[in-house]
Amino acid sequence: MTTAPEIGSSRKRSEDARLITGKTQWTDNIQLPGMCYVAFLRSPHAHARITNIDVSPAKGRTGVIAAFAGQDFADEQGALPCAWPVTEDMVHPDYLPLAINEVRFVGEPVAIVVARDRYAAADALEAIEVDYEPLPPVLDMEEALKEGADLVHGDKGTNKTYTWVFEQGDNEAAWRDAPVVIERRYIQQRLIPSAMEPRAVVVAPVGDEYTMWSATQVPHILRTVLSVITAIPEQKIRVIAPDVGGGFGSKIGVTAEEVVLMLAARRLGRPLKWTESRSEGNLTVHHGRDQIQDIAIAADRDGKLRGLRVKLLADMGAYLRLVGPGVPLLGAFMYNAIYKMDALSFTCSGVFTNKTPTDAYRGAGRPEATYAIERLMDELAVELNLDPIEVRRRNWIKHEEFPYTTIAGLTYDSGNYEAATEKALQAFEYDKLRAEQADRRERGDPVQLGIGISTYTEMCGIAPSRVLGQLNFGGGGWEHASVRMLATGKVEAVIGTSPHGQGHDTTMAQIIADKLGVPWEDVKVLHGDTATSHKGLDTYGSRSLAIGGVAVVNACDKVLEKAKRAAAHLMEASEQDIEFANGAFSVRGVAESSLPIQDVAFAVNLAHNLPDGMEPSLDSDATFDPENFSYPHGTHLCAVDVDTETGFVKIRKYVAVDDVGKVINPLIVDGQVHGGLAQGIAQALYEEGVYDADGNLTTTTLADYLVPSAPDLPTFHTDRTETPATTNPLGVKGVGEAGTIASTPAVVGAVVDALRPLGINDVRMPCTPERVWQAIKDARGGAS
Amino acid sequence: MPRIKVEVDGVTYEDDVEPRLLLVHYLRDRLGKVGTPIGCDTTNCGACTVLMDGLSVKSCSVLAVQADGRAITTIEGLGIDGQLHPMQQAFHEEHALQCGYCTPGMIMASLDLLRENADPSEDEIREGLEGNLCRCTGYQNIVRAVRRAADDMRGAAKEVTS
Ligand code: FES
Ligand code: FES
Repeated sequence: MTTAPEIGSSRKRSEDARLITGKTQWTDNIQLPGMCYVAFLRSPHAHARITNIDVSPAKGRTGVIAAFAGQDFADEQGALPCAWPVTEDMVHPDYLPLAINEVRFVGEPVAIVVARDRYAAADALEAIEVDYEPLPPVLDMEEALKEGADLVHGDKGTNKTYTWVFEQGDNEAAWRDAPVVIERRYIQQRLIPSAMEPRAVVVAPVGDEYTMWSATQVPHILRTVLSVITAIPEQKIRVIAPDVGGGFGSKIGVTAEEVVLMLAARRLGRPLKWTESRSEGNLTVHHGRDQIQDIAIAADRDGKLRGLRVKLLADMGAYLRLVGPGVPLLGAFMYNAIYKMDALSFTCSGVFTNKTPTDAYRGAGRPEATYAIERLMDELAVELNLDPIEVRRRNWIKHEEFPYTTIAGLTYDSGNYEAATEKALQAFEYDKLRAEQADRRERGDPVQLGIGISTYTEMCGIAPSRVLGQLNFGGGGWEHASVRMLATGKVEAVIGTSPHGQGHDTTMAQIIADKLGVPWEDVKVLHGDTATSHKGLDTYGSRSLAIGGVAVVNACDKVLEKAKRAAAHLMEASEQDIEFANGAFSVRGVAESSLPIQDVAFAVNLAHNLPDGMEPSLDSDATFDPENFSYPHGTHLCAVDVDTETGFVKIRKYVAVDDVGKVINPLIVDGQVHGGLAQGIAQALYEEGVYDADGNLTTTTLADYLVPSAPDLPTFHTDRTETPATTNPLGVKGVGEAGTIASTPAVVGAVVDALRPLGINDVRMPCTPERVWQAIKDARGGAS
Repeated sequence: MPRIKVEVDGVTYEDDVEPRLLLVHYLRDRLGKVGTPIGCDTTNCGACTVLMDGLSVKSCSVLAVQADGRAITTIEGLGIDGQLHPMQQAFHEEHALQCGYCTPGMIMASLDLLRENADPSEDEIREGLEGNLCRCTGYQNIVRAVRRAADDMRGAAKEVTS
């Protein structure tokens, strides 16, 4: 009997059962006997010296167990880590979990109260006395780099943390006498990741051992780093990521709150809990993007690209976060995108400001790069009077040219840009919309139609450990899985990735079901607890399937190998004659022979009759470290109506054709694309983290920071081409970030396209009605 | 301290509560009804949505004392005899959740939406759920799920009446 393959089927998710019934275990749901609550007192100043701090008045308040300032932990709190020293001389100031002498952004924690309940803890904060002597805040990157600028870190003598340079090809030749040169400045506004579950941490000390529950994407990394910071031996720390309500990069850090709760729990010997409020989170969860991009291309008159020059300023905020300095550099390899060219010059300077630190947010460096190059390809098309699709076609890597080593030195293993684009153009009815656009332009319709294009690629499956080493990253990129068949023939798999909405329980089980020929329902996937998942490198960078999924395959292969030896022994046949299909072993040529893998698992577990030297129990442990990244790509087309009287932008049609390689679960892949699109569109049209002139974040709530709601987004048309990755046995590429990376330039490109007849070639993100209206007004004013 | 009597998911509770205690904290911290999560502190996200006497409210915008004498339904009170409510079933079928954090509130708000309009268009669904934020799904499958639940629930209603 053959069963339909699990891989490729739209399995409904097994994780839903608890999520739709309210049986979820969020960190904030955890209650332990004797547990106390922690509240953080945070700096109201962007930059100030702490001249005095006294927590003792808080200690007398009803229900208060303890209160601590930074000084109380001075000897044990260490500094929060940055794992990515991108240059040897990177300026890397200490980032104390609780500030001691100076605060450098609004929201930086300075003290805590521990109390019986969360209300008492919050109330007692007001009793803490802190004297601040305000210092001038540094808020503008370009000002910050000027001679004599005020300094975020006075003792460092500079606001620049690093300058990283990457030159490929013959830049001099590419730019010499270039017939076409286009230069633009684009601004990547600051974004706030806004996972719907606020961060929460619970720490339970038992003797000298600690269990931490945290709303984190990275339980394994967190455990290692906590151990390094606090000097608590790693084997005495257990980290659990229970159900985690979204991350998008915002939960990859090792945060002040996690460290401080650990230290306070150690001091008090009691379980502690802290849950952030949304306004606290907007101030302190790391932010994303915030770059100034100066980008230029040199091209021939036929549209062929010669060279690309990128100069970036990247706002690090007040301190360096876990991978913060490296985020813009991930983009360095992506500015050339799917295009062939002779030279690339990339320079990035990281800059300190008195703002919340930045780090990875969905796409991390790649959305910024994709945005800039796709916008510039549109400019090139305008300059040469070519269709923007045509100008891309003239430059992209042709299907028959794969594998192709790009100017940035990456080898793209596979891709089919022609097929994805063709499919997208048809679904979009591109020619028809262009005709309508011409007509509406002709008529001077107050509502103009704009068409935006993004033929993106990205590098994901982060990452080959060897490459990370070359980039001086302080960690590896491999992944782990172990698969065990229990005595009853059911399967338990332990994975090193740590999902927070991606559906690993479902998809990993699909892979295992196919590999072992067992029913999908028989597979249970375990993760997110360092006691059960003893090694792994967690979930970010669209790596879980492209790396973790392959580790699962490798673990299954090892199980099968052992099972085959055992089956041969049990069936008294030679191993060479044993075949495996549909979950059963048989002897070649012996029709009636069949031994289900479950029976083999039982026999190996029983261990009464094993081949010589075979260990009992049918299980395995495997890792996977990729040789290369994977390179999803696709073509996204967006049509917008722009009301030139009000500046209001409405997305009329959005077509996304993505090539994420082999698809394990189409339902989940579509969901990832939808959510990714929403976040990319949000950057284009709605979201911006804004600071006032004193360095106060003015977008601390969901009323000010406009995460789109249902009426703000269109219905997406999604489709796929499937060009398998050749660098892993599953042929998968990863899909977590693709939608976000692709969509921002498609939407802004469409807005600009609508306004092009007015002479407008840029609208700063987010393209709010006010900004669009202002751009129109300026353009008209300039023309009259 | 005021004393309140409130029915939550079919069980009656009587408790002394601080006047400032929010309903959502009463549910979560006092009753252990942690199926209803909290996503913000400005009543913008809708994660905490429950039904109060059948109408949806954001339980972070209601004081526990205001629930005195009322009947509250949370996500934990949906579904009967181990059977999923059609709305829960529809969210599952249409993959209308990823991390699931918005889901309890989204499901409760959707029920109220269908109470007001048993056969909403896609645009009406989007407008009706404006007060509930989801960061994961881009809403597309949520809209589908509500449509599917509308069909299923109307179908079921017809069966009962015919
Ligand atoms: S928790 Fe956000 S609206 Fe109630
Ligand atoms: S499913 Fe994650 S917020 Fe909606």
